Amino acid sequence: MDTSRSHIVLDEADIGRAIRRIAHEIVERARGSEDLVLLGIPTRGVPLAHRIAEAIASTEGRSVPVGSLDITLYRDDLRLRPARALENTSIPPEGIDAKTIILVDDVLFSGRTVRAALDALNDLGRPAAVRLAVLIDRGHREFPIRPDFVGKNLPTSIVEDVRVEVAEIDGVDRVTILGASDDPGDQR
Amino acid sequence: MTALVLRGVRPYGEDPVDLVIEGGVIAEMSRSGSASGHIVDADGLVALPGLVDLHTHLREPGREDAETIETGSRAAALGGFTCVHAMANTDPVADTAGVVEQVWRLGQRAGLVDVRPVGAVTAGLLGEQMAELGAMAHSSARVRVFSDDGKCVHDAVLMRRALEYVKAFGGVIAQHAQEPRLTENAQMNEGVLSGVLGLTGWPSVAEEAIIARDVLLAEHVGSRLHICHVSTAGSVEVIRWAKARGIDVTAEVTPHHLILTEDLVASYDPIYKVNPPLRTHDDVSALRMAVADGTIDAIATDHAPHPHEDKDCEWAAAAFGMLGLQTALSVAQHTLVESGLLDWRGLADRMSVRPARIGGVQTQGQGLEPGAPAHVCVLDASARWIVDPEAVASKSRNTPYASMELPGSVRHVIFGGIPTVIDGALA
Amino acid sequence: MKHLLSAGDLTRDDAVLILDTASELATVTDRSVKKLPTLRGRTVVNLFFEDSTRTRISFEVAAKRLSADVINFAAKGSSVSKGESLKDTALTLEAIGADAVVIRHGSSGAPHRLARAGWIGGSVINAGDGTHEHPTQALLDAFTLRRHLCEGRGDLTGIRVTIVGDVLHSRVARSNVLLLRTLGAHVTVVAPPTLLPLGISAWPCDVTYDIDSALPEADAVMMLRVQGERMRAAYFPSANEYSRSYGLDAERLRAMRPDAIVMHPGPMNRGMEISADVADSDRSVIVEQVANGVSVRMAVLYLLLGGDMKGQG
Repeated sequence: MDTSRSHIVLDEADIGRAIRRIAHEIVERARGSEDLVLLGIPTRGVPLAHRIAEAIASTEGRSVPVGSLDITLYRDDLRLRPARALENTSIPPEGIDAKTIILVDDVLFSGRTVRAALDALNDLGRPAAVRLAVLIDRGHREFPIRPDFVGKNLPTSIVEDVRVEVAEIDGVDRVTILGASDDPGDQR
Repeated sequence: MTALVLRGVRPYGEDPVDLVIEGGVIAEMSRSGSASGHIVDADGLVALPGLVDLHTHLREPGREDAETIETGSRAAALGGFTCVHAMANTDPVADTAGVVEQVWRLGQRAGLVDVRPVGAVTAGLLGEQMAELGAMAHSSARVRVFSDDGKCVHDAVLMRRALEYVKAFGGVIAQHAQEPRLTENAQMNEGVLSGVLGLTGWPSVAEEAIIARDVLLAEHVGSRLHICHVSTAGSVEVIRWAKARGIDVTAEVTPHHLILTEDLVASYDPIYKVNPPLRTHDDVSALRMAVADGTIDAIATDHAPHPHEDKDCEWAAAAFGMLGLQTALSVAQHTLVESGLLDWRGLADRMSVRPARIGGVQTQGQGLEPGAPAHVCVLDASARWIVDPEAVASKSRNTPYASMELPGSVRHVIFGGIPTVIDGALA
Repeated sequence: MKHLLSAGDLTRDDAVLILDTASELATVTDRSVKKLPTLRGRTVVNLFFEDSTRTRISFEVAAKRLSADVINFAAKGSSVSKGESLKDTALTLEAIGADAVVIRHGSSGAPHRLARAGWIGGSVINAGDGTHEHPTQALLDAFTLRRHLCEGRGDLTGIRVTIVGDVLHSRVARSNVLLLRTLGAHVTVVAPPTLLPLGISAWPCDVTYDIDSALPEADAVMMLRVQGERMRAAYFPSANEYSRSYGLDAERLRAMRPDAIVMHPGPMNRGMEISADVADSDRSVIVEQVANGVSVRMAVLYLLLGGDMKGQG
């Protein structure tokens, strides 16, 4: 990585604070934690969803169901790229019908991932409401989609990339902005 | 009439001479640059006696969409041949004097090579009743080679009778050695690869068992026997044994069995589907050695034209066979001469002298000697060329050598004193 | 990967990717909406020159669950049975815009010709060719083995599989020997010598004529269908003798490890290669194999068609 052209925008402590704030807002907005289901979007949305659930549990004193929702098969760019491996989809045994679903992802960019996630949810059941929590909102939306809970708004150039690393997968908690010529990493 | 002079040509690749042709015979072979007449520059080129093919499918009558005697003659001339034996599996089958005379006449009319019809051994190639061998022998086509090629004369009694019967007129039975029950629905050489590819195997023993039976039959009745397209190392062993025992057996091998192996079948491309099937590297080595030591007497093309649709399909549905006339000499040069197994005299023996003798064609295969009939093939042995299926003279395109580079290109061919090919093109 | 022609073309990673993908797709079957939009607008042709209702239906369900349009082109009652060539059929499919052709053909190598002869541009999936291969059957067998013996993850390292029956004519056996070996399993093939191909010693498996020596060690036994016509062609003397020597009955099942599973690609000859009580026992996973076939075929269709190689990079 060309460190001269990239810089860290959130460190471990920043991310921890962002998670706790999102958890708090979710509870506040829902007026409690009943009927909440957190669904992380693989890959990095899943550990983030679990952390939010832990944060909710520690303040509310009750656990919140967490699952994962792979949207690969609902993507609108399937025909533009080689087929890719599927990630795990696991819906908590409580199901999603009549629940308030919190979709959790690392970065909100074009909005296409969230659109696909809404399609996937539609095939799985009928939630009472669907809300969106993201660690980073970097702008450049291509769909009329906005997040309900944001860790950090991060204005970026379209040629830049945002890399989110989480300890469960990458061994470190860190958000980095990469210059145009850098390794695109795991952008969405 | 002025003499035709091949100036500076090297008979059998030896010292250059002026080879003078006059009155349909080789008049003299004199010091290079000394002769006068119609000069054809052949400086440094190799002269061989006109090639004789014992095994050619010209498809006429019946399958003129694949080849005609005219187009097949052109391909033969361009390949350096001055004589071909037209196989009997036409439609109607060449099992009567009428059919063989028609083939004979069409060959004469084309006028590019001696077309010697082969007569069927059994009526309709059905393997049941002997065809009128005598009538064919005594027809104007003067048939001497009889074969059910494409099918084996598998009935031992019928084979015995045929071997005996043709003695009356100096004929020979050319056996397509393929035990039919062992090769039912067979698709490729039986071995590891056939098992992997799931194609029904064609065991070597199906060929070898028939050859073993027939050499013993030939010995028993004191007849001459010829074996078509030997393809296995085991067949070579049987023939070597028979010859050592004094049995009057001769054998041929195709160019493709000297160079191609079964590995090509893994593509499932039916261009490689042929009867007998392509075999293993060990078989190819044994066949080359057998040609070198004379156990196998002749190289015969088994030129088998098929229209595109009969090869542009799945393996099992495709026809057996591949073109050979225009590539035979190049393949022989590559596999036998360049490998050091034979010199040009040796190759001339296997591609002209012995096949003419086996076929009983007295006017062919007389070598390059003053007084011999002027059948001459002149090639540029140093040339290399890429086989282009679209460029062949045959009406069909099923050459297995497409895009392959081969050595040796036929430049001039003289047939009975008349040029049929000059500078690589029909004269 | 554009085509699936032979199980031998798959690397370990390719095969594991297909199995992992199939695992995810298997959950679709449990949903109320058993459909994904993934292959919407894509056309899959089932081109069956041989009757095989179960394989055709399995591919059809797989394609439909991924929202592909499915055209069934069966040889019987169509122009194919009137002598139309494979090539002309292929050109027809190309003209109607087939994105994938699933082909079952009696001639070994027919899918290879379809893929390589330049007749069509789409993907070709071999659904069984002659006595050659049946790669999706091997994949569903591997999937089933993995579920029962490897907790549904990774490859099949260390698993011992015994395949019994007409190996000579079996495309299932060929594909399974290649694929299971690639996945790290140890394969033993059992048959009378007449039903083994001549070159079997070069295959990546052990070979024995004695079923009873091969069963006690096995984690799974796969029984192959033996067709009655083989008997008439002198491959073995009688159905009774075959059944006695190579059939799986309750007594032989008792000689196996208590957790070993029994597989069969179907359709079964009950009483011939497998006894009815074994086929219906709780050790038999034969019905599950059918269900897994749909998931595996969905995975293959998705991986071949879900992306577009032209868009790579």
